[in-house]
Amino acid sequence: MNCERAPRILYCHCQYAQVVSAEVKQAVLRELAATGVAFDAVADLCELSARRDPALAALAAGGGVKIAACFPRAVKWLFHAGQADLPMEETEVFNMRTQTAAEIIAGLARPEVRPNLPRGKVTAADAPPVAAAAQN
Amino acid sequence: MALHETNSLRVVLYEGAGATDFGADARWAMLTTLLEQGFAVTRTVAGGRVAPQVRGQLLVLGQFADGAAPEVEGDGTTQVRVRDVTGCDATAVAALATAERQAAGLDGGGAWKPWFPVIDYDRCTNCMQCLSFCLFGVYGVDANHKIQAQNEDQCKTNCPACSRVCPEAAIMFPKYKAGPINGDEVQAADLGKEKMKVDISALLGGDVYSALRARSTQAKERFSRERDEKKALNERQKCLTKLAQGGDIPIEVLMSLPAPEEILRRAEVAKAKAAAALAAQPTP
Repeated sequence: MNCERAPRILYCHCQYAQVVSAEVKQAVLRELAATGVAFDAVADLCELSARRDPALAALAAGGGVKIAACFPRAVKWLFHAGQADLPMEETEVFNMRTQTAAEIIAGLARPEVRPNLPRGKVTAADAPPVAAAAQN
Repeated sequence: MALHETNSLRVVLYEGAGATDFGADARWAMLTTLLEQGFAVTRTVAGGRVAPQVRGQLLVLGQFADGAAPEVEGDGTTQVRVRDVTGCDATAVAALATAERQAAGLDGGGAWKPWFPVIDYDRCTNCMQCLSFCLFGVYGVDANHKIQAQNEDQCKTNCPACSRVCPEAAIMFPKYKAGPINGDEVQAADLGKEKMKVDISALLGGDVYSALRARSTQAKERFSRERDEKKALNERQKCLTKLAQGGDIPIEVLMSLPAPEEILRRAEVAKAKAAAALAAQPTP
């Protein structure tokens, strides 16, 4: 694997709330600690964002990154609020609120980034037509 | 120290040339303990990629040969300290890092639960309803008259009320329990936000602030009649429970609202700010 192109890994411990399963966090962090990968870990991305901590800019810079945190939409705009936009085409977010530890660990281990930051917005026009839904 | 002026200390667990491996269990224990105490932690390995250090303070911890940490110089924007932690367990490592953080005059984090609105600008239409609604001065506008959260630490912990008045579901609180306020995808069905707003208004029989004023006035009259603080408190709680349930606003937030006159004053200030921001927007 070309290390120059390998995505970086960022883990958020969501330290100041109990909204992420402790089991998932523990399993993901334990796996990261046990394998021979370099990674960055932060206590709480929300706190860094609220502080406009310059660390966010460093975390967002430098190409492909895989982030184990929460919802991709939240992560995208937390970085923006912290004045450090993530690269849309090179960021993959794993959601420790909804995904299993096994899914996240497998995703972090994959060499490629599968970008999944949301774009644009869902509007009422995106809803399936009522008639079509009723037919199903 | 203002929220925006505080930086964190980044700790690097160094296991490269000249240092020995921590071992998986010890590494994990150190990571967990340091993160729980608010540090940012980087684990380096040969050839691995981590975030660059832009500026600030770096604390490098390793198990160095002969227990001697090498001398390292910073580059003018970054200060680097290197410490040997041979034989230290996670608790001792965290104590060392905490001491270094204090010596550097850096913030430890955790004093404030980071609860604040995060705006989804893919959705936001800059309508200023949030600015008009918030009594606590969390929102403001930037030089281009665009809405933004400016005073995050003035937000009331666990209160998602402004997200419920947003007609576009554009306001997130990432630590909230449920979607889409927590950042989960917005579904077409979630766009009944306007309905929620109407529901809150209906619950109050008018707008939020005039209802609060009316309730407080009534309560004040009862207070003067009864002179029974406990009874009055119970009554106020009863009145506000409905509002708390309808808008998912923590009762503590409602109970901590200022006097009716102050609520009115703040509401007028917020509305004026919103009106000024709207007036300053370029016409499409």
